[in-house]
Amino acid sequence: MKNGVGVAQNIVLFGGTSEIGIAILKRLVKPGVARVVLVSRNIDAAEVASEGLSSQFPEVDFHHIRFDASDASAMQNVVASVAEEVGDIDVAVIAQGLLNEGSDYYSHPDGLVEMANVNFTGTMTLMYALAARVKAQGYGKIVLLSSVAGERVRKGNPAYGATKAGIDGFALALDHELAGTGASVLVVRPGFVATKMTSGMKKAPFSTDAESVAAIVERGIASDKKVVWAPGILRWLFLVLKNVPLPVWRRLPL
Amino acid sequence: MPRERLSGWGRTAWTVADLVQSTDPNIIRSTIASSGERGVIARGLGRSYGAAAQNAGGHVIELTSEHDPMGADAVLDPVSGLLDVASSVSIDSILRLCVPRGWFIPVTPGTRFVTVGGAIASDVHGKNHHFDGSFGQHVRSLTLMLASGEVVELSPQSHPEWFWATVGGMGLTGIILRATVAMLPIQSSRVRVETERLPNFDAVCDAMSGDGDDSTYRYSVCWVDLLATGSSMGRGVLTRGDHAAPSEVKGDDPLAYDPRLKVSAPGWVPNGLLNKYTIKAFNEAWFRKAPAKRHIGLESIPAFFHPLDGVNKWNRLYGPQGFLQYQFIVPLDRTDVLRRVIENFSEAGVASFLAVLKRMGPQNLAPLSFPTEGWTLTLDMAAGIAGLPELLSRVDGMVLDAGGRHYLAKDSHVAPSAVRRGYPRFDEWMSTRDEMDPLGVWRSDLARRLGLVHPGRVS
Repeated sequence: MKNGVGVAQNIVLFGGTSEIGIAILKRLVKPGVARVVLVSRNIDAAEVASEGLSSQFPEVDFHHIRFDASDASAMQNVVASVAEEVGDIDVAVIAQGLLNEGSDYYSHPDGLVEMANVNFTGTMTLMYALAARVKAQGYGKIVLLSSVAGERVRKGNPAYGATKAGIDGFALALDHELAGTGASVLVVRPGFVATKMTSGMKKAPFSTDAESVAAIVERGIASDKKVVWAPGILRWLFLVLKNVPLPVWRRLPL
Repeated sequence: MPRERLSGWGRTAWTVADLVQSTDPNIIRSTIASSGERGVIARGLGRSYGAAAQNAGGHVIELTSEHDPMGADAVLDPVSGLLDVASSVSIDSILRLCVPRGWFIPVTPGTRFVTVGGAIASDVHGKNHHFDGSFGQHVRSLTLMLASGEVVELSPQSHPEWFWATVGGMGLTGIILRATVAMLPIQSSRVRVETERLPNFDAVCDAMSGDGDDSTYRYSVCWVDLLATGSSMGRGVLTRGDHAAPSEVKGDDPLAYDPRLKVSAPGWVPNGLLNKYTIKAFNEAWFRKAPAKRHIGLESIPAFFHPLDGVNKWNRLYGPQGFLQYQFIVPLDRTDVLRRVIENFSEAGVASFLAVLKRMGPQNLAPLSFPTEGWTLTLDMAAGIAGLPELLSRVDGMVLDAGGRHYLAKDSHVAPSAVRRGYPRFDEWMSTRDEMDPLGVWRSDLARRLGLVHPGRVS
């Protein structure tokens, strides 16, 4: 259960090695949290990633579950095993994703399938499985890490942008479907976040870090927002960019 | 069946459940039969502050009879003063029926808008705990529907274990349908109240302790200013009294009783209206309003017992973020802990506009009944204050280390271990509960959070 001061008893992170995901956990784990589940491809890596947190909160039970983020057909079972481990899921943070910046999809189209499976098909299947669960619970929050890249898909990494556009639209409509059930979805749209996933990439304007994104997510959960942007100013920037006529958009140095 | 979003009086931690509004035993029975693994809990007027009367994803059966202001569901024996009453009837209705006939409810909490069922399930206490004990001690018998649908009659003599597990049992042993309550005879509807201002916390504790004259008053409570600092830290206004004699009351009918709602809180209030500054101003005015020298006067029942009921929906004053009540008790010799708790709250800038201190009498036979010999301090605070989870967890530790405990009817945050440490007879209660509800049908959000029921329902 969540309590009266907004603390969730059971928190699940999908993508247990994600830097942003761990940063979000660091904001959400506080006195009152009982159990944290990290669902990841590599349990050893997730254990290392969450080491600081688990030693800071010895009273919290940390659980690890393995999953393959690209295997959409397994998501039902993944959610079932999480529920078996902790009972009610109060907050689920979905942080797995592939960026594959610089991949040559013309020569290696297989990478496209994998990206679509992880970022879109797998995530969508996971969210449906979670939605069924939180709906039955009568409460619960699903947090999806989307991206501003989905707001207007640009050249350079169109596959990534397209998967984010797809999952972002899906998540908003899923939240609409959940209206009145007590369960809801928070869509998080970060801009360029300096992490290991983006190391070596040129920083985009208004870049941010995982800690700042996490702080925005925490506030978004507390105030029951539908969408949050990180940093907040991107909301206004993309309001403009989305509506720039195509010929102008194509000339922009993005 | 409508899905409803429900919260407690504090308006935090909302969840959705299937809501059934009925007092009909057949409907209640069929609701239990059709419930799934998320179970059923009873709800009355929703005055418990936290999540005691809500059940996320399950069924909530609301038993109220506010459409019955004349109290047809309540039958008073004018000779014995025994009131046979449906659990759905509120103390408000009972007072309207009984006060003009010379009988008063033996225990009333700070609001009269609680049902008899809720009063038993929370084993509520009032300003007379040191004198009369809590609500359960005045219940002669009760009718309970078990999870099986069977209806049983419980009294402290016939089924002591089941009776006392239900008193203070937070609705987790069954649905209370009726009760017989021994009413208190009164000769007037006024209370003779002595009011005095006390300059600091030591003066407050001295005046209320057993060596003081507290035990000679039926009713005693002290409002404390938690924002006052320095030499006036913990200053308070102590009010003590008893029912007045008819000779003291002016007018034709000494038993006349006419409670009225004065004003309503506005439908929407922004977060933060009640903050450190507005509350400080309120506290100053409240303290100054009280006479500097001990003063004796007559007050009406609503003014003395239910001052907050004068403002309809006052719980909205905290805005959409909601608020919580923090009520704990520590042993009589641990005023040092009270002091440290107050210091912790005031250092963190937590403002409380109705902090109340009371000395409680001995514990009754119910394993989960909150009151026990000691000091109980109650404070309210906005739920959205930054750092509140950490602060409360620290203060919880001080209370538990001192051998104290928290009041479940108000709780919205303690850890499952706090119940086990604070209530030494918890395991005994749990096994009686399991005996009464082997399948684990009764569950609430409070029960789920604190582990008052086993995680999975047996099917």
